Amino acid sequence: MSAVLDQHGGHHGDHAHDHAHDHPTGWRRWLFATNHKDIGTLYLWFSFAMFFVGGINALLLRTELFQPGLQVMQPEFFNQLTTMHGLIMVFGAIMPAFVGFANWQIPMMIGAGDMAFARMNNLSFWLLPPAALLLVVSYFVPGGATAAGWTLYAPLSIQMGPGMDLAIFAVHILGASSIMGSINIITTILNMRAPGMSLMKMPMFAWTWLITAYLLIAVMPVLAGAITMLLTDRHFGTAFFNAAAGGDPVMYQHIFWFFGHPEVYIMILPAFGIVSEIIPAFARKRLFGYSSMVYATASIAILSFIVWAHHMFTTGMPVTGQLFFMYATMLIAVPTGVKIFNWVATMWRGSMTFETPMLFAIGFIFVFTMGGFTGVILAVAPLDIQLHDTYYVVAHFHYVLVAGSLFALFAGAYFWLPKWTGHMYDEKLGKWHFWASLITFNITFFPMHFLGLAGMPRRYADYPMQFADFNAFITIGAFGFGLSQLIFVWAVVKCIKGGEKAADKPWEGAEGLEWTLPSPVPWHTFETPPVVK
Amino acid sequence: MGSMKLKRAVGALATAVLGGWLSVASAVGDMPGGPKFNGLNLQDPATQIAADQHWIHWFLIWICAAIFIAVFGVMFYSIWRHRKSKGHQSASFHESTAVEIAWTIVPFIIVVAMAIPATRMVVEQKDTSNADLTIKATGYQWKWGYDYLKGPGEGISFLSTLSTPREQIEGRAEKSVTYLMEVDNPVVVPVNQKVRVVLTANDVIHSWMVPAFGVKQDAIPGFVRDTWFRAEKIGVFRGQCAELCGKDHAFMPIVVDVRSQEDYAKWVDEQKKAMLAKLDDPNKVWEQAELQARGEKVYQANCVACHQANGKGVPPAFPALDGSKMVLGPQDAQIALVLDGKQGTAMASYKQLSDVELAAVLTYTRTAWGNKADDGLVQPAEVKAARK
Repeated sequence: MSAVLDQHGGHHGDHAHDHAHDHPTGWRRWLFATNHKDIGTLYLWFSFAMFFVGGINALLLRTELFQPGLQVMQPEFFNQLTTMHGLIMVFGAIMPAFVGFANWQIPMMIGAGDMAFARMNNLSFWLLPPAALLLVVSYFVPGGATAAGWTLYAPLSIQMGPGMDLAIFAVHILGASSIMGSINIITTILNMRAPGMSLMKMPMFAWTWLITAYLLIAVMPVLAGAITMLLTDRHFGTAFFNAAAGGDPVMYQHIFWFFGHPEVYIMILPAFGIVSEIIPAFARKRLFGYSSMVYATASIAILSFIVWAHHMFTTGMPVTGQLFFMYATMLIAVPTGVKIFNWVATMWRGSMTFETPMLFAIGFIFVFTMGGFTGVILAVAPLDIQLHDTYYVVAHFHYVLVAGSLFALFAGAYFWLPKWTGHMYDEKLGKWHFWASLITFNITFFPMHFLGLAGMPRRYADYPMQFADFNAFITIGAFGFGLSQLIFVWAVVKCIKGGEKAADKPWEGAEGLEWTLPSPVPWHTFETPPVVK
Repeated sequence: MGSMKLKRAVGALATAVLGGWLSVASAVGDMPGGPKFNGLNLQDPATQIAADQHWIHWFLIWICAAIFIAVFGVMFYSIWRHRKSKGHQSASFHESTAVEIAWTIVPFIIVVAMAIPATRMVVEQKDTSNADLTIKATGYQWKWGYDYLKGPGEGISFLSTLSTPREQIEGRAEKSVTYLMEVDNPVVVPVNQKVRVVLTANDVIHSWMVPAFGVKQDAIPGFVRDTWFRAEKIGVFRGQCAELCGKDHAFMPIVVDVRSQEDYAKWVDEQKKAMLAKLDDPNKVWEQAELQARGEKVYQANCVACHQANGKGVPPAFPALDGSKMVLGPQDAQIALVLDGKQGTAMASYKQLSDVELAAVLTYTRTAWGNKADDGLVQPAEVKAARK
């Protein structure tokens, strides 16, 4: 607070006191929040809470899978857990967390005073809690939550009880929120950059979010269309996905994955952005190949629209279809490879230190790349026939989503916490968090490759005896990973409550406009726009 | 001495934590025709396609391993040498067009190298022409139905259901080596013959997977898709349903029994004879007790997964039969329901069952549990009449 008053004092003299009455306090501060930092904080706490809700789902289903046989739950409930784990983690945890980062960081990084549409920003956040409530409440309606998998494939989703309708409404609301958030981010980036900051001088994080926001606007309506068709098939006598009346169940999959594959990149591109900020800061060396980073991000985004059917190789596509989607998917390895090479080249001949953000960023590169390798292997259609819908796929997407997106989120949180709170986080706790997460993550997800290769299908409540040892091992790892996240809670709470005072630029090698601001950032980010030369 | 104590304590803890599953899991070995115990790789191939998949998997693994070593070799060398704590000063380069073009082109060439053998394999996998035997597999919630459509054995038709006893699943009995991957009626096919499998489903999407054959094909309700295999080894091969299909997704395995040409011909003969013998005379007038006893068996095989042994169902998806208005109502409506199924629900058509089986199960539901329908007895002749 003293930093806030100092700055105001400096600029406005006696008006500093009056100014404090301009914005509401107490619960009104949050409910009527229009400041990008408050809304960013709301997003981050919300996604953090959902991360734990989704995590509890995961630990419950891992408990059932600890041993072969049915011990603690029936398969109906198991299927609800797998479905809700996916929906909550994708739409409740990862996506809002990145929007939280965008809210906090984009105005600060491009030298803007706030987000472009402050009130729409408020609405796009406050749509999330009701949606989360619908999802959680759906466990308690007759028949329980939807158990059709997070992909909600028809016709299984048509069979579900009212929990399915609640999930459909929840996803509609979450989608509307995402679209509003994207409009806000695009407008802010395109119109509110500081004088002199051309597009090709923008921080990578702003670039990756700009591209992500366009992806969101392009595909969220597609998802909304797919689930609306489900809803009318369920209740209003349409037959989009019912072959007996001229529909086609596979059409649902095409529409869903036309959303679903860009969605994968929606969850990873901002992570690329965060890592591209952190690696140069701790290598004390400029990001290697800035413009090729931008082009690689854009190519990944464009390619993401023409690869969706690689999720559907086993539906029985014609040869030409399989070949086209296989080639297009394999091509994505090229721009993704460029990014990884650029990061390594940034580190090369730098002057590196290894604070927690850097550890998570390097951890990200290391483990995400393994997810990239399995991605290329899965793209090879004739082999995907073996691996599709087995634990190999589960391993693959957790390597890119947990070790990818989530690790990047952790890296970004440790990197910017000093700026947000005005305090340094506890480095020892951060390092414990990193090593515990990295090790338990691999204990949990690495053996899934073996299970998948050996033929264990995913979404199974029970499995043959031959898979028992790996499953027990995985469950132990999963609980370890879950518990490791409590260290993060501890580190964040401790950092908010106090700690060593953070300098305006706590990281020696960090560059960017956010570090020219005081820590913590004053209520108004930039009173006068900074000039970028 | 202290360390000995510690070791013993750790050992005891490990046994306590792991002992539970180690003792059950290590008692079984590899599953014949199924997954190996703690298997690390794809299952042993029994077809050329599965062998090719093994080959391309190793091919890809080696390429990935080479890239892994190159990229992370550089990265960890850099992490080791270029540290501030070792006094390394940062260089100032931040782009190089030549290098950037090189590391765009090289991965592209690698990807093309991967795609060439893959393309040949896709074309082979999709070639379902000139089959010696065509079998239709139909996915039901939660079992498979097989109809031999063309080739030796034409006309054979049966349902294939999980045969693992409930006691094993619920932990009241020792689990067998083929736990969850055993069925009452396996698909029998001849060795070294091209078998085309035509797939469809009755209710939701299922997926027919046999890892040893390198085959996985979704079964889509209302549509027909196909795949093929030519088993090169005699023996039993096992797989499971691979597309989430509701509560018993994990409990509808696939078992394929590959036999020599002569043994296959023998099996076909036996099946044909058994089918003739099984034909009940639909015009015979049955006693109620007789039909009830038969009906209970039919119920156990076909209805119990949804409607439950106590007839209470799992509402709302699977309604109760005990006290149901439909079951206690007019016979015609109930006969029509089991013959046609109910659109938009999990209730499938059971017209593949015989008149006697259907009459028996109807009689059973109308008179079992608390149900006492006035006209509890349904004669096979009535079902036969309703089929028209």
